[in-house]
Amino acid sequence: MPRRSSFTTWMLGLGLLFLYLPMAVLVVYSFNSSRLVTVWAGFSTHWYVELFRDQQILSAVWMSLRIAFFAASMAVCLGTVAAFVMTRFGHFRGKTALSSMVTAPLVMPEVITGLSLLLLFVQMAELIGWPADRGMATIWIAHTTFCSAYVAVVVAARLREIDRSVEEAAMDLGSPPLKTFFSITLPVIAPALVAGWLLAFTLSLDDLVIASFVSGPGANTLPMVVFSSVRMGVSPKINALATLIILVVSLATLLAWLLMRRNEIKRRAMADG
Amino acid sequence: MILQSRWKALVRRWRLGRRATVALPLVWLTLFFLLPFAIVLKISLAEATIAVPPYGPLVEWADSSLHVALNLGNYLFLLSDSLYVAAYWGSIKIAFVATLCCLLLGYPMAYAMARAPARWQLLLLLLVMLPSWTSFLIRVYAWMGILSNSGLLNNLMLGLGMIDSPLRMMNTRFAVIVGIVYAYLPFMVLPLYAHLTRLDNSLLEAAQDLGARKVVAFLKVTLPLSMGGIVAGCMLVFIPAVGEFVIPELLGGPDTLMIGKILWEEFFLNRDWPVAAALAMVMLLLLLVPIVWFHRYQSRELAK
Repeated sequence: MPRRSSFTTWMLGLGLLFLYLPMAVLVVYSFNSSRLVTVWAGFSTHWYVELFRDQQILSAVWMSLRIAFFAASMAVCLGTVAAFVMTRFGHFRGKTALSSMVTAPLVMPEVITGLSLLLLFVQMAELIGWPADRGMATIWIAHTTFCSAYVAVVVAARLREIDRSVEEAAMDLGSPPLKTFFSITLPVIAPALVAGWLLAFTLSLDDLVIASFVSGPGANTLPMVVFSSVRMGVSPKINALATLIILVVSLATLLAWLLMRRNEIKRRAMADG
Repeated sequence: MILQSRWKALVRRWRLGRRATVALPLVWLTLFFLLPFAIVLKISLAEATIAVPPYGPLVEWADSSLHVALNLGNYLFLLSDSLYVAAYWGSIKIAFVATLCCLLLGYPMAYAMARAPARWQLLLLLLVMLPSWTSFLIRVYAWMGILSNSGLLNNLMLGLGMIDSPLRMMNTRFAVIVGIVYAYLPFMVLPLYAHLTRLDNSLLEAAQDLGARKVVAFLKVTLPLSMGGIVAGCMLVFIPAVGEFVIPELLGGPDTLMIGKILWEEFFLNRDWPVAAALAMVMLLLLLVPIVWFHRYQSRELAK
């Protein structure tokens, strides 16, 4: 098919422009020396220095990274088990209930999820005395719950794609199910687990609404600190923070793209040769 | 004999393992997803009190008899105050318009991506995904600087002589819709792209061979076959958009009533937990049809 610049190609270009222009603006204005965001007053890295002096932001970054790490790890365990149950176990009692609960957090409005989890924690504190104060643990539980839904979808997609005959052969040769899972299935779906972990990690890092509901007064994640400073008005420090986040994500994406492209080239070469 | 009993033990162990495997996600989700909704329902029926936590008990043991007080007052209160009804209606309207804009922009994008040469597809996919991996909050914040009265867009249009005085774009419904479209566009493009790449090209070629014009072939073949992607994309945008809090809080004004924001204020500022719970229950009820719709589609995909 000859490539022409058709209507849809134009729309794709327009859509990408729409997606990237606001981020480009943030990056440019993070180097603005003026406090006013819209007035350009010369190049400066002043706001980056300010950002790294802000103790509140730094401790919030550390808190968010820890929560995201633990939530993503637990979500991968739960999500993988859920995906495995959904795709490999035939019919069993409670399957409909489980599949509803696995996918529902994907679309549930965040305010509802946040509110309901907080009310649960309050109720639990009343009944069994735990959690006495809300913070890292409660945010971890909340993030694990909604992140495992995303992991389950990613892993289930991979589980459906892979060839089951190797698994079946191992079972026929007398390998117990657990061993088959760890020695055959797990290595094959490893890329999906990595993708799911990264997805859960970014989702947890990004969440503001649910964390705000389920955290106590002492525990602040990065989005919560950013939100309270943004609500006061536009702050150039946030532009610097945004630029750093965009930089990290772009580098990670570039790396992922290079890796995936190398794999694809290798695969094609193997298929040809 | 011995073999048989060993076999039985193996089967038993296998069944036990199977049950334990099912139990792990089932117990976690029941505890942290289903049970919380039951508690929201319970508290929406309770009476607000000035206490910690700020709601009254549903079941009370008083005067040596059991009192069960189901209080529908919170729900009646929601109906009687036009603010809440307007907020529900406003949320649905804004979410609907934003979803439509996402679809109109996202469909051609996904179509062009699916038609692009294979070596470009991965790159394009990553380009569409990348914004959603950076912070949601910061992407919404970017629009504050663009849309404000002294913002970039107004400065640009003034400079070009397109307008004489700055347009008021910040704190309007327009800004909220732009924010939702911007934040959720990748969620529309992804399922559409997934469906459009799986499309069998021979069907389209057959239609064209049989003399269908491009537009007709698109309407009769491509569009119906990508319906699953359209439904998934629209639900992924519409449902969270109805309950959106961050976007109306940062970009919206006093005239943009959205239920997520009202719920937040009712909960954190007024500290009226029962009314907030009732607001959440009604929101859930309104979203039940689209959520079930999405779930049906998703479980079909999961089971495939």
